[in-house]
Amino acid sequence: MVEELGTNTEGDLIINVGPQHPATHGVLHLVITLNGETIKKVEPHLGYIHRSIEKMCESLTYRQYIYVTSRMDYLSSHINNHACALIVEKGMQIEVPPRAQVIRVLMDELTRIASHELWWGSMAMDLGAFTPFFHAFREREAINEIMEETCGARLTMNYMVPGGVLDDLHPDFQRKVKEFISLYKRKISEYDEIVTGNIIFQNRMKGVGVISAADAISFGCSGPALRGSGVSCDIRKIYPYEIYDKIEFDEVLETAGDSFARYMVRIREMNQSIRIIEQLIDNIPEGDFQAKTKAVLKLPKGEFYQRVETARGEFGIFIVSEGGTNPYRIKFRSPGFSNLSALDHMARGSKIGDLVAMMGTLDLVIPDIDR
Amino acid sequence: MWSFSNIADIIHEWLNKTFNATLATLFEMVIAGVCVIGLFAVLGLILVIMERKVAAWIQIRLGPNRVGPKGMMQSMADTLKLLVKEAMTPDGADKFLFNLAPYIAMMVAMLLMAPIAFASNFMMWNLNIGVLYVSAISSVSVISILMAGWASNNKYSLLGAMRSGAQIVSYELSAGLAILSIVVLSGTLNLNEIVLSQADGWWIFKGHIPVIISFIIFIIAVTAETNRAPFDLAEAESELTAGFHTEYSGMKFALFFLAEYVNVFIVCAIGATLFLGGWMPFHIGHWEGFNHIMDFIPSSLWFFGKTFFLIFLIMWFRWTFPRLRIDQLLNLEWKYLLPIGMFNLLLVTAIAILGWYF
Amino acid sequence: MDNEELKLAITALLPTANFEEGGEWLNILIEPTDWLPFAQQLRNEYALHFDYMFCLTCIDWKTHLTMVYHLSSTKYRHNIVVKAKLDKAKPDIETVCHIWRTAEFHEREVYEMFGVNFLHHPDLRLLILPDGWEGRNPLLKDFDDPVNMIKL
Repeated sequence: MVEELGTNTEGDLIINVGPQHPATHGVLHLVITLNGETIKKVEPHLGYIHRSIEKMCESLTYRQYIYVTSRMDYLSSHINNHACALIVEKGMQIEVPPRAQVIRVLMDELTRIASHELWWGSMAMDLGAFTPFFHAFREREAINEIMEETCGARLTMNYMVPGGVLDDLHPDFQRKVKEFISLYKRKISEYDEIVTGNIIFQNRMKGVGVISAADAISFGCSGPALRGSGVSCDIRKIYPYEIYDKIEFDEVLETAGDSFARYMVRIREMNQSIRIIEQLIDNIPEGDFQAKTKAVLKLPKGEFYQRVETARGEFGIFIVSEGGTNPYRIKFRSPGFSNLSALDHMARGSKIGDLVAMMGTLDLVIPDIDR
Repeated sequence: MWSFSNIADIIHEWLNKTFNATLATLFEMVIAGVCVIGLFAVLGLILVIMERKVAAWIQIRLGPNRVGPKGMMQSMADTLKLLVKEAMTPDGADKFLFNLAPYIAMMVAMLLMAPIAFASNFMMWNLNIGVLYVSAISSVSVISILMAGWASNNKYSLLGAMRSGAQIVSYELSAGLAILSIVVLSGTLNLNEIVLSQADGWWIFKGHIPVIISFIIFIIAVTAETNRAPFDLAEAESELTAGFHTEYSGMKFALFFLAEYVNVFIVCAIGATLFLGGWMPFHIGHWEGFNHIMDFIPSSLWFFGKTFFLIFLIMWFRWTFPRLRIDQLLNLEWKYLLPIGMFNLLLVTAIAILGWYF
Repeated sequence: MDNEELKLAITALLPTANFEEGGEWLNILIEPTDWLPFAQQLRNEYALHFDYMFCLTCIDWKTHLTMVYHLSSTKYRHNIVVKAKLDKAKPDIETVCHIWRTAEFHEREVYEMFGVNFLHHPDLRLLILPDGWEGRNPLLKDFDDPVNMIKL
């Protein structure tokens, strides 16, 4: 492997995909070495949207730093915020009221569906089918409206705070979510008809970007990228947080390890998220939505790590605290960063058209990678 | 009754009465030229707005709805915008070829209009080898794409052009074989005579299943030949940004754009002429009464109706299917379409010799 | 294995390892020179099987740097944290990117952000910072950028 890295002989065609390119959905820069249409090497260049959030957080308090994490993986900002809240609660031993726990899980799963909807649409668009994008946005819009009512925002919600959630649910929340579930169940068959069952689509996806389980683990892949290779890695199952250990849902696994497997994992994950929401939506306990916390939060001296399962995989926060009001050092382990590192391994020997299928199924969100 | 052929006759007579024969012919040529350019522009505008409306309908949205009634003037506004935009030429480009390419694309599209029978007795050039002419000229369009891709001095353009070259050259074979099956059945290369041979029913109904297979192959092949999705690899947006016209802007880009749409119109017109009877009304055998009723609908309406139906079909493909990969594209042609097309041609020939068609 | 069992197993592998108490997971303090053989053992030892590196980072303690490796096993689901203290003047440590290939990108990030030099890394270049970035490493505590950094 190490020897192969240097293969860049004269006469190869080197093209820059990005920083501005329709397939990268953000400012990702890939330098691709081609032999005809066949990819010899993919070299990611990052940092076009690097804001050094880790450095920023060092001067922010534990109440403030949640807001910047929404800006990393903007498609699963609830789940990022959730991790931030959890780590502070873990460090300070704050008991979260049951109502807040249920609300958090509901919001996480809605976010997961919204994120997968957007992924589904944009991935189909990368493969040249424009229409699914609009179909996906129809369902995503319903979720965004639910979010807007309760959280006041549609993308960077900042709804989770240490000790609970920022505010109580909107009175319409349950009705709207039930409406969404019935809409989703009616429309999900359309997804299969228009994309999953399409012969061209299947030919484009099957056997493309294959990564073995051992390689995927070695590359630190997580989320659907790892579950598509048949490795159980759902943090909600293996290291349960919040109330996930009390909820019934299945971890979705596919064994093929190709793009189609990763695709099917995400599609089936949406159904599991719906299952979770259905269990919880009628059972939101009454009570406080936020625990009583001190005005100034201080994490005790020590090191803390919290991981959650975002729509893209394992998101981790590592905080080194000196006992003050802000972290001494904070590290965000973003799923996209590790998943992207596997792209070169997957892409070698494939056609350039396959690259978009691989990038699509890795579901790269660039601010999540660059932080 | 007013029809295109009547109007043409009246103009022809008036010109011949007023001027001498040479001058009259010259004027007729000028009129035909102006008509082609006008048709080119009008078709471009109509097809662009049609595509956007069809796309919007498929994609559960409204589409253009601000400029003019129901947004119908949107493509006019776009054309104006493109006209006043600067048409840039990159520094590293081969300037002569770069600027020549869009004109070749446009010229090919215009030349192809000559032998098409738009209505009964109404065509610019009643060419006895019309079918041959169309397949010959349409091959030239690949030169403009290769030229654009090469002269842009851009790697994306080059990749797009190379894909396009491979694609058009391969799919031309299938399209040619599909066309041949009708030539075999009707025994003529003249497009007007092919239409006339369908007076007792269109070939798609008369020719049994082999002709239906030919028709399907033809539609797939021409979709590929005009670089339309799902075969739009030459300009695969998510892979090659815009493929061979990445570096083009302003009116030079618009010429490629219009040429693409006019090419779609032309291949659909050819398809309608060969398989769906062109301007020939819907006739069933010798049911004189029924056929006579059908004749009341003007022949030009029949022609444009069929053509736009096929165009709609091709647009429908574009907004539903994902794009193929280059190796899958070539596999589809060389491993499936071409052998099927060849075998199908044999079947059609047998049918034609034995006279088994209706 | 729980933390106590892990502690025994790891003491058997590397007698010089120190353990840090507190925290959710077992914290192992090692010398940077021991890291590469120790990492190989952690990865390949059947009973340990730490095949998943989910986090790799560095902490600037002003006097020294500390490399932090979070390892986990997809088979046994146990986690450990390995830490190695680096001299700030000469922060060298062996790369582990051929053991856990995710380390390649993470080490490049630590290299540009903290200036840690990973020995035998196949491709130690800037990853996130722009080409031609000179000298200063942004995540060090003494880094200051009066233009772009906004302090509250």
